[in-house]
Amino acid sequence: MFRQLIGVLAQVEGDVGTIGKGLVYGLGAIGPGIGIGFLVGKAVEAMARQPEAAGMVRTTMFLGIAFVEALALFGFVLSFII
Amino acid sequence: MLAAALAFKRPPQGFEAPGTEIFETHCVLGSGDYCLNRASLLMILAAIIVLALFLIAFRRPQLVPSGLQNAMETVVEFVRNGIALEVMGRDGLPWVPFLTTMFVFIFVNNIFEILPLIHFPTTSRMAIPPLLAVLAYVLFIGAGIRRHGLGFFRDALFPPGVPPALYVLVTPIEFVSTFLVRPVTLTVRLLANMVAGHLILTIFFLGTAYLALKPTTIPFAIPAFGLGVFLMMFEILVSVLQAYIFTILTAVYVGLAIHPEH
Repeated sequence: MFRQLIGVLAQVEGDVGTIGKGLVYGLGAIGPGIGIGFLVGKAVEAMARQPEAAGMVRTTMFLGIAFVEALALFGFVLSFII
Repeated sequence: MLAAALAFKRPPQGFEAPGTEIFETHCVLGSGDYCLNRASLLMILAAIIVLALFLIAFRRPQLVPSGLQNAMETVVEFVRNGIALEVMGRDGLPWVPFLTTMFVFIFVNNIFEILPLIHFPTTSRMAIPPLLAVLAYVLFIGAGIRRHGLGFFRDALFPPGVPPALYVLVTPIEFVSTFLVRPVTLTVRLLANMVAGHLILTIFFLGTAYLALKPTTIPFAIPAFGLGVFLMMFEILVSVLQAYIFTILTAVYVGLAIHPEH
């Protein structure tokens, strides 16, 4: 099976770098995707438990999203560079 | 099965997907290395728009605001209460004018992406985001030095309350994350968001135009156009959000430099 896959992949013509670019961004988006989902879920939970702290939680949530999202964006930029 | 999935060798001919070449600009005024191209002219236009907005809104301030003054007061109040007071406390009040200007300038540069006849976000060129990031970098280091003297660097690199043996590990991490990664992430976050948005919008609308040419593909052009319009609205959200995030991160960095014990 694996040998067959290698054989098929060897036959793929065209720009292999395109596949690499797709892989760089696709793999780079997995972690931040999980991270942002977890982060926003927890923030919603915190807002539901303590609605009077919603403003503070929202600010911190945006900060956290900005930091996590940076990793995915690095993948996006690198896909142009390679 | 697998062979069939991987069998097609080239994408279908005819439609050339736009690449990074849509971000290249040519000289409009002057020539050589120091000329004004479309992006720099748009940046000057953005500066004029920001100046005009604030001058017209606050030239003759009324006690009961209306029209543009009302809108700009909402922006100033948002930055004052939502960013400066929220992040930095009462020490943030002197920073409100700077943060407001930064927020409005980044927002105007971002919103150029969807304005008719312009359709080019100037923040998607590697010129403006680094400039703003270096500005934020110099300002937070300057604010720290002004408040704590050279003790700012001591507090930033050797945070108090850590066992001395751990400084071997903590100091390099703090140095990299505070003095190297911060400006880079500020730059890349803004730039990559606007590049991605501009590319997506270009691909969707060029694709719509291509699909609408032949009668057989018109049914596919309609959802492409609809999704393009939806993405345009999404880009308005992204423009506001990125301006907000850039401003709030600058405020956080300045706030951490002023009160390092967090």
